Amino acid sequence: MTTTQTREAMNEQFDRRTLDWYIDKLVEIIVFISGISAIIFVVGIFVFVTMEGMGFLFDSFSFSEFFGSEYWEPSDEDAPEYGILALIAGTASVTGLAMLIAIPFSLGTAIYIAEFSTGKTREYLKVLVELLAAIPSVVWGFIGLTIMNPLIIEIFDVPVGLTVLNAGIILGLMAAPIMTSIAEDALKAVPDRYREAAEALGATRWQVIYKTVLPAAKNGLLGAILLGVGRGFGETMAVLMATGHAVNIPGSVFDSVRALTATIAAELGETAVGSEHYQVLFTIGIFLFLITFVINLTADLIVRGIKNQ
Amino acid sequence: MVDTMLEAMVQRKSETESTAEQKKIKLDISDLTVSYGKEAAISDVNFKIYENEIFGIIGPANAGKTSFLKALNLMNTFDANMKVEGKILFNGRDIHQLKNVYALRSRIGVVFPLPVGLPMTVYENVALSPRLRGIKDKASLDEIVQRCLQRSALWDEVKDRLDSLGSLLSGGQQQRLTIARALSQEPELLILDEFSIAVDPVTTMRIEEVLKELKNEMTIILVTNLVQQARRLADRTAFFLEGECIETGDTEALFNGQVENSKTTDYIEGRFG
Ligand SMILES: Nc1ncnc2c1ncn2[C@@H]1O[C@H](COP(=O)(O)OP(=O)(O)O)[C@@H](O)[C@H]1O
Ligand SMILES: [Mg+2]
Repeated sequence: MTTTQTREAMNEQFDRRTLDWYIDKLVEIIVFISGISAIIFVVGIFVFVTMEGMGFLFDSFSFSEFFGSEYWEPSDEDAPEYGILALIAGTASVTGLAMLIAIPFSLGTAIYIAEFSTGKTREYLKVLVELLAAIPSVVWGFIGLTIMNPLIIEIFDVPVGLTVLNAGIILGLMAAPIMTSIAEDALKAVPDRYREAAEALGATRWQVIYKTVLPAAKNGLLGAILLGVGRGFGETMAVLMATGHAVNIPGSVFDSVRALTATIAAELGETAVGSEHYQVLFTIGIFLFLITFVINLTADLIVRGIKNQ
Repeated sequence: MVDTMLEAMVQRKSETESTAEQKKIKLDISDLTVSYGKEAAISDVNFKIYENEIFGIIGPANAGKTSFLKALNLMNTFDANMKVEGKILFNGRDIHQLKNVYALRSRIGVVFPLPVGLPMTVYENVALSPRLRGIKDKASLDEIVQRCLQRSALWDEVKDRLDSLGSLLSGGQQQRLTIARALSQEPELLILDEFSIAVDPVTTMRIEEVLKELKNEMTIILVTNLVQQARRLADRTAFFLEGECIETGDTEALFNGQVENSKTTDYIEGRFG
């Protein structure tokens, strides 16, 4: 008898959409809108950048000159030349050197923090790393200008200190903290039972890390590295200040270079809106956009590949 | 003499039939097929589960027992790959037609094979479901938490550490915490999927005693890899094999060899599986 009553009541519940049910739906809609608007913004920015660069792209764009010429002479009044080869070389050399420094540094620090340090030490280190990650890039540029520059001239006995070496070190130090932070999260996400299972087999601490923890955290570590690469490509202020900003294909780390981003930052303000020079700078923007896209896509594919194994 | 005996027998038979008719049907499953991608995990399962009975499900690994349970709770919404066909009536209602699935889930308690201590304190683990239902009063929550932990035979071990993390308990304790959590839902249907995998024999026996009592308040589906556990607890039992429900029947009858398919006896007696 009572069961019949409760059963009826229960059945009613199944048809009644409660406040919680509506909140659930509402949240779903809000989250959907935020997700979609993120996509719309990205597409919108891409469309805007493309539109601004379009005039040049369709009228006087020459693939071989743009990518093949090392002469960036936009202010030449008779025959301006828009070759970004040297700028690509500048960005690539600085980013490459920065990664050479940042990857071992950040992975080493992350492994130390996540696997070896304990208690207070770990807490202090984590706070310190996060503090470092928060230093604005103009401060790093300033360090490049005022500390690294004379230091490099002194130590290596070279005429200029604003070089690939300077910018590479600065950029590497700059990217390392955020890379460390993400790599450490990836290592922490590896469940302790993996470590225990490996330890139980008699593996040494390093063997445990090398054989089980690192492979398990592979995706996250790769993500950290690619984030660093993206940071290197996109960084503007610090490289503008530390590279010397000279259009040049570097022969060694002691040469000054100029980066793609720094070129846009330094020149956009001086060009007339809609002029050819202005449009070329936006074309560089499109190029940067595409590179970032390719890096992210590669990362995504690699991560998927790892997952499917 | 013979006549009266026959008469008595006939009468008894019709009595048992009529009580069977009176039993309320909790779940009515017809033509249930669960598949992952193209592969069917169970196909064409048909049977009824009555109110206030313990319904045992036995069968070797990969027979589709867990897939069956997931379908009852509409867990397929979490797994895009999983497809459920056929009809499941819960209290006579088609669960695929409900406007509010959350109301259904909150009436069904589930205990998974490996304990899942949620990342919160012991107390919060058990108080979560009542809180979701809107109970805020501390005294009522305290009472629910204590009652559920006592019933799952965990209270004595954790009463002094209710504020420590649930995930720090031992495996067997976490499993009892999971059971306490399921009970805190005050479910109509309690589903246990091989609950004793992570629990020691003594605790298993204690939980079994609790289940016998709980039967008076709710319907229980007990999936077990221990056939003797099904014998000890289940009123009726289904035997699953390779994605099919081979047969269902009165547990004692099945164990006494009154089977439709000899594979059932083979499995019960440990000749395969
Ligand atoms: N999430 C899933 N995705 C794909 N296949 C699954 C999934 N879960 C179970 N299966 C497959 O379905 C079949 C039945 O599994 P399951 O229901 O877990 O059986 P049991 O609980 O009886 O061991 C198995 O062949 C298993 O591999
Ligand atoms: Mg199972």
